[in-house]
Amino acid sequence: MGLDINTKKAKKNAYRISKVRGESAARIRVPGGYLKSEILGMVQEIAEKYGNGVVHLTTRQGFEIEGIKLKDMDEINEMLQPIIELLDINQTDPGSGYPASGTRNVSACIGNNVCPFANYNTAAFAKQVEKAVFPNDLHFKIAFTGCPNDCAKVRMHDFGIIGMTMPQYDPSRCVACQACIKGCKSLSVDALRLKNYKVVRDEEKCIGCGVCVTKCPTRAFTRSPKKYYKLTLMGRTGKRNPRLGEDFLIWTDENSIVKIILNTYRYVKEYINPNAPGGKEHIGYIIDRTGFAEYKKWALEGVELLPETKIKECVYWSGIHFD
Amino acid sequence: MGYLISKKAADEWLAKLSESHDIFAPKCFPGEGCFSDTDVIRYGQVHTLDEIEFDRRSDYSFKETLLAINETLFYFTEDTSTVPVGRDKRLLIFLRSCDLHALRRLDTIYLKNGPEDFYYRRLREKADFVLMGCRKSCDTGFCVSMGTNRTDRYDLYIKCEGDSVWIDCPSDASPLCAYLKKTGAPSCGVVPDYVTENNEKVTLPKNLSTETFDHPIWEAYGSRCIGCGRCNFVCPTCTCFTMQDILYRDNENVGERRRVWASCQVDGYTDIAGGGSFRKKQSERMRFKVMHKIYDYEKRFGEPMCVGCGRCDAVCPEYISYANLINQLAKEEHE
Repeated sequence: MGLDINTKKAKKNAYRISKVRGESAARIRVPGGYLKSEILGMVQEIAEKYGNGVVHLTTRQGFEIEGIKLKDMDEINEMLQPIIELLDINQTDPGSGYPASGTRNVSACIGNNVCPFANYNTAAFAKQVEKAVFPNDLHFKIAFTGCPNDCAKVRMHDFGIIGMTMPQYDPSRCVACQACIKGCKSLSVDALRLKNYKVVRDEEKCIGCGVCVTKCPTRAFTRSPKKYYKLTLMGRTGKRNPRLGEDFLIWTDENSIVKIILNTYRYVKEYINPNAPGGKEHIGYIIDRTGFAEYKKWALEGVELLPETKIKECVYWSGIHFD
Repeated sequence: MGYLISKKAADEWLAKLSESHDIFAPKCFPGEGCFSDTDVIRYGQVHTLDEIEFDRRSDYSFKETLLAINETLFYFTEDTSTVPVGRDKRLLIFLRSCDLHALRRLDTIYLKNGPEDFYYRRLREKADFVLMGCRKSCDTGFCVSMGTNRTDRYDLYIKCEGDSVWIDCPSDASPLCAYLKKTGAPSCGVVPDYVTENNEKVTLPKNLSTETFDHPIWEAYGSRCIGCGRCNFVCPTCTCFTMQDILYRDNENVGERRRVWASCQVDGYTDIAGGGSFRKKQSERMRFKVMHKIYDYEKRFGEPMCVGCGRCDAVCPEYISYANLINQLAKEEHE
């Protein structure tokens, strides 16, 4: 009897259809790339019991357990259950594995748990968004990075979230040592100047990276109590027109970002090409079709932007065209 | 005289003291540390005991309460100059034993090292000091090695535990305890807490001389130093300042003269007119700092300048340990 598998269902269940007949690879999502080490042992157990003992670390910070048999999916789903629970992944039917795979694992740089330059807890925000958007079969890629250095390469994602801080300057603590000015010039955008022995910040130029804060030896520069973000849109790889994500909102907040992402799911459901192969179409191509103004109308519905948020009225993408 | 009162009663007493004093103490400033979601403990004005950080050493010392980071010395117009009116109220400053020992170094530099400093003198005369005890040693401090772990030169000692507040006021006639006496606060014996051992132990080299200038250790540490000046800014005994003349853009004959904290590790410290600079290399600056702390100052004033608070070791972003540097110098003398 031949192997009788619904490949569409298997793919949505986060199993890959591999080049070896009957063999698959099980994908494990790890929001923010942040996990308790005990999960590694669980992954090892599955790989050794059902796979070929090899695990691939995916480009999106998940695991892909290689060499498993498509026929073993039910047993593997049982073994995935404690991992899914430990990582607090939304699930519809316990014991049945992942309910969707279109919306990819939400990835993040290491963030302010460890990195001195990060402006927020990237893993925590990634988990928050994962909880808000998953499960979903629409093809969304979302990534978080702690500062404008963008180690997480969020501009290659549909939604890139870049951590910012609004530098707070107390001139009475400043000794004009110029560590901030030198740091901003060598590591960032050269937005600081010394005038009358005090630092003047070019607010138009400043990208909120926080280098001035980390360089300041006297706490004259500190971080804003409020955490800010830059939201970039519609970066992507792909065959036709790979492009870098462009700035949409600068100095925005968590609530606005979550709402805009959820609004985008509604927009895509409305406008996705009904004939898109596998129900998968890059959001950027949909926006190309409807025009940015239409997308913006949907994206900002019910969003109350902060007074200090700068919004790009229109967004244009470049990138390489092969079409 | 010692007293034992409730926290509520102590806060009422502080409120009473606030009529005559501005109270400064180490405070936690949430989120204002160097890195995201980290705090800094530094001096700020307080009104109640709960605002004071009693458990952890402050990252920055008490010195900014007596020596403002920026201090305007005078304002000048084309034909007159005006010295700012000094502080009206007295100061009540909470600090630990190491810092109270540092106070003597500040006094020495500003009052006994040539002519008295007018600005320091007028503020110093208005300052009263509250000792905070140490029940356990901080991580990097080596006060025991430096003999600064205890002191009896305080105006008040305050210890908080739960709802109880112990107070010692050595001078019975002090106006600081007048309210306590008037309200009949119960008296009891109070002895300040102090540590008798630190994790960090430092032996000072005994045979330093100008020959030490050529020691390879300065290059070894200097090559690691980034010249940020944090060690100086957190130090309770670094007293250097520089001058800044702030001029009106529209009339350069009008403005103000400020003195501002300076660091011997930061570029510009030894720059002179004509473009010269005495210590260009970080190794030379490191040598200057260490030799000043444990050699030159002692030669002139009879005790080392360093009080062993350990803040410089805790703050250095390049993990340079001043304590370890000194221990290495001392160790070589024994070899």
